This record gives sequence, C-alpha cells and structure tokens, in this order.
Amino acid sequence: MQCEMARNNCQMKNALLAISLFLMVLMVGGCGSSRYHASGRTVIQNIGSDTMVNLAQAWAEEYAMVQPAVSVEVSGGGSGTGVAALLNGTADIANCSRRMEPDEIARVKAATGQEPTLHIVGYDALAIFVRKDNPLEEITMEQLAAIYGEKGRIRSWSDLGIQMAGCRNNEMILVSRQSNSGTYFYFREAILGNTGDFRLGTLDLHGSKDVVELVSRTPCAIGYSGMGYATSHVKMIRIAHKPGEPTYAPTVENTQAGTYPISRPLYMYTVGEPTDAVKKYLDWVQAEAGQMLVRTSGYVPRNKETGMIESSRNGGKGADIE
Amino acid sequence: MSRHRWELAVEMLIEWVIRLCGISAIIFVFGIFYFVFREGAGLLFSGRFSLAQFFTNIEWYPTSQSHVRYGGLALIVGTFSVTVLAMVIAVPFGLCAAIFVSEFCGPRLRETLKIIIELLAAIPSVVWGFVGLTLMNSVIISLFDTPIGLNVLNGGIILALMSVPIIVSIGEDALKAVPDTYREAALALGATRWQMVYRVLLPAAKNGLLAAVLLGVGRAVGETMAVLMATGHSVRIPTSALDPVRTLTATIAAELGESSVGSDHYQVLFIVGILLFSITFVVNLSADLIVRGIRGKA
Repeated sequence: MQCEMARNNCQMKNALLAISLFLMVLMVGGCGSSRYHASGRTVIQNIGSDTMVNLAQAWAEEYAMVQPAVSVEVSGGGSGTGVAALLNGTADIANCSRRMEPDEIARVKAATGQEPTLHIVGYDALAIFVRKDNPLEEITMEQLAAIYGEKGRIRSWSDLGIQMAGCRNNEMILVSRQSNSGTYFYFREAILGNTGDFRLGTLDLHGSKDVVELVSRTPCAIGYSGMGYATSHVKMIRIAHKPGEPTYAPTVENTQAGTYPISRPLYMYTVGEPTDAVKKYLDWVQAEAGQMLVRTSGYVPRNKETGMIESSRNGGKGADIE
Repeated sequence: MSRHRWELAVEMLIEWVIRLCGISAIIFVFGIFYFVFREGAGLLFSGRFSLAQFFTNIEWYPTSQSHVRYGGLALIVGTFSVTVLAMVIAVPFGLCAAIFVSEFCGPRLRETLKIIIELLAAIPSVVWGFVGLTLMNSVIISLFDTPIGLNVLNGGIILALMSVPIIVSIGEDALKAVPDTYREAALALGATRWQMVYRVLLPAAKNGLLAAVLLGVGRAVGETMAVLMATGHSVRIPTSALDPVRTLTATIAAELGESSVGSDHYQVLFIVGILLFSITFVVNLSADLIVRGIRGKA
C-alpha cells in the first residue's frame, strides 16, 4: 500500500507545500472568530507582536484571576499581524513593538472609520549580547553601526582590538532577526538610522530567544535581542552614545531614565477609544499590577515608581483593581 | 426487489463520494496554485519587480527604507545546496538501510529497526531545528573549527536525518514488492546474496526506489522550520559546506507572518512560492518521464 503512496508522492508533496502556504496566508488574513459574549464570558482578542507575546500572556493569565468573567485570548504572529487583525476586526487589541506606519493608520481608518488609539504599556530595551567569555565590555553606537551596517568597516573582533579565544580568524558572526520583525526594524532605526540597511550575510534568526541561544553557543557571535531574554551564558554590553561619553548598561533604571541608547516603548493599539471590558483591561495593564508583570517578564515598566518598589508590593498585587 | 434497488443506490452514492475524494486532489492543487499565483501576479506584471534582478542578484532587502531590493539568487542557491547535500547523505544511507532491512536482517531485528525508523520520522521538524541550533552548532564548531555551526552542512545533515526514514520505508516496500520467485531463481543459479540484490532486486525495484528517493527530495526541498533554524538563515552565496545559507521556504516562513497583506513584500513572497511550485513541478515531471522511460524499456 505504501508503495502506491510512493508513486503519488510528488502530487502529495505539491499539495502539502501548497496547503502550508495556504494556511500561512489564512493566518495572516486572520480567520478567528472574535467578539464579545462567547458563552456568557467576555472575550478580548489580543493579537500581535512576538516580542510582547509572553508578556501579553502573563497579563492575560493574571487578569483571569482578577476578573474571572473576562477572558483575554492572546496570540502572536508579529506586529504587522496584530495590525491586520485589528483592521479586519478579529482583534480588539493589537500588540505592537513599534509605532503603526502611516499607511497602516490610514488603512485602519478606512476599514473602521476610526483612528487607532495608542497606549504605552511598558518599555523594551534591546541588549547587545556576546558570549560570557568574550572580553568586550563596552561599545559605542558608531561601532555598532560599523559592525551591522551595509557599508560598515568593522568585520572582525580584531577591528575592536579583541582576541576571542575559540574563534577562528577572529571572524565576527553577526546575529540578527528576520527582516520584518519589530525588533529588526527598531534596531535598524536606532543603530543605522532611517535609511540604513544591514550588511548581507547576517544570520537572521526567527526568535528573540534563538538569538541569545545561538550567541551563548558560538564564541564568534554578537547579537541583539530583548534584554528580558538574557541568560547566565551570555553577557550584555554597556553602550555609549558617543565615543568618550559614559557607557550605560541595559538596566531598568537606565531605560526609565532614558539614558540607555537602545530602548523603545511597547504599545497596545485599539480602534478608537477603548470602552467597557477592553478599557478596564488596558487600565489594569497600565496600572501597578499590570506593570509589575512587565518587570517580572524582563521588560521595563512605564511608571517609574513600579520599577523602584517592586519587592515591597509583591504581596498586595492586584489589590487596587476596580 | 426494493432492497436490491436500495443497495444499488447506496453503492452509487458511495461510488460518487469516492470519485469526489479522488478528484478533490486535483481541485485542491489547482485551487491553491491559482490562489498563490493570484497573490503574486499583481507584482509580477507591475513593472516594479524585475525577474532578471530576482534571478541574478543576491541582495535581498525586502524591507529597506531607502532601497528595496528583491534579489533571490542567494535563496535559490541556498535551497539547492542544502537539498543536494542532504540527498548526497540520505540517498546512499537510506537505500542501504532499506536493502539491509528488507534482505539481510532477521525478523526480530527488522521489527525493532522499523519501529525505531518510524519513530525517527515522527519527530517534529521544530525539534530537528532545535537540535540543529543547539547541539549540532556546537559540534560543528568544535569539529571543523569554523566560526559558525549553522550552515549548509548542519542543514544538510538535519534534512538527511529527516528524509532517511521516508527513503527507508518506501524503499523497503519497493524491495518487498519484488516477487520471491526472483530471489529463488537468482539463488538457484548460484548467485550470492549480494549478487542477488545488486543484479536482480535493484533493477526490478527501480521504480519504487526512485519514488523513495524523490519523496526524500520533496521532503528536503519543502522542509521549512528545521532549515530555518539549522542553516543560519543568512543571505549569501555559499563557497563551502561550512557557510550559512538561506532557503526559499525558510524565507517565506520567516517573513510572511509580519509582512502586511497585499504589500509588495507580501507579493514577492508569493512569487517565491510560485518558484517553489515550479521547482517541484519540474522535479515531478522529470521523475514521471524517467519512470515512464524505464517502463518503456522494460
């Protein structure tokens, strides 16, 4: 029987390939059913950025304990996916690790008749990772541009004056992200400016975690990822805005103070002003209980106070929810 | 009498259901091809996209702010290099294993081997990718003293491991399908076991074995997640098996999710899909012709 299957393998393969393409498109198009009051509970659909998906999941789980009548359904797929879901009505809240593009805003307006509303829900600081035994301690933004830029001059660790043990020819392996992740966009904008492009030949990995994972196992590698993804096998480099200026480590304090050069706000978008359950949820996310989870997920909370007094309030989290 | 008529009606109905199932594959394939082509065609004929650039340029900058470039050459070379290496490893391995399982080993060992090989086929591709990203990366770095272990070799080995189970099980079935009278005749003429395999079984099972190999090729060309993680996903023309590459499938998987629907980038990814379609179509067609040629001679 299997032998007959073998004859048909080519057609099967074709169909499989096509079906997978087809499914991918379905996912992009978004065909989930959202809207409120599914079986008596209010359901909030929350779709978007992969950077934020773990955080959004943590919020959703915590909120289920605070407000059992409301269920928040989280899925990732990327900032663009979130915006697409927002404008075709399958999402109530879109997670975005970047600001919406002007044409995206225009499309939301055209599709729904309302402006998208932006809510800052925390900060993400991108850290520069190298392996723990790399002697590099600090770097400037210019050097980062020369490393990652299309016409950059820094090609090996020797150009930075570093001898990296276990790395043949001192070659520098650049770890990056796939060319349309929010992290990629943000890093390119922050390091290479509005018109810059990355050098060809970077390793474009498909997840924030994978970047750290690869760097921790590759002596020659340097990479960028959210600072929440740091492990004990990698080292985060201090960064200076300009040569000779003080360097800043990727910490909560430096991000909130605005001194750490590569940090960005994380957004949630709604269509128009949020109402009812969605508004309550967003208020909760931006209030102390929600911001506590930002901190425990490895990101930086938006309110200064939450960052400072995290340990003393741990017992009372969620107490001030309406 | 009425009972008889009822039975006839049921039989007709079942026949139609089966017929529908049979032709549904055609409908699906054409429907999907139409869909993929429609999504990509807008850009293909718009003048903003140059096929010459796509096939000759390696610069893949689909989201550049200043200068968008859709050069697909590196992706095409990447797909071919990984597939070819995977087949170089998997075909001899898989066919030898199939011959061993089918002809040389005892019944108990055979059952154990088949179960384990099927287990190998059941491992999800994300897991393979993770093995490539973590374990194989470190092993290749220390074995070959290269700066990076995510490369053609890594992807090729992972893909070979993924296609071997298919080649083995289909190949074994093909060998099993050769009538025992062939074996008996060969042995009666004084052939050794190896001579029997080499001179009698392999020629007799040629079509099935070719199908096994092609199914393996299909697996390798179409695989996405594992190559995305194991090859390094890096746009460049490899100069050796130790260079990272990027494949067509991995590009679609990595980028389609975050490109906005209907944009140029989105459509280019569908053009990449059309290219993959064409590649599998050509592979299938030539395979069909080869098989037919073999049949014609026999």
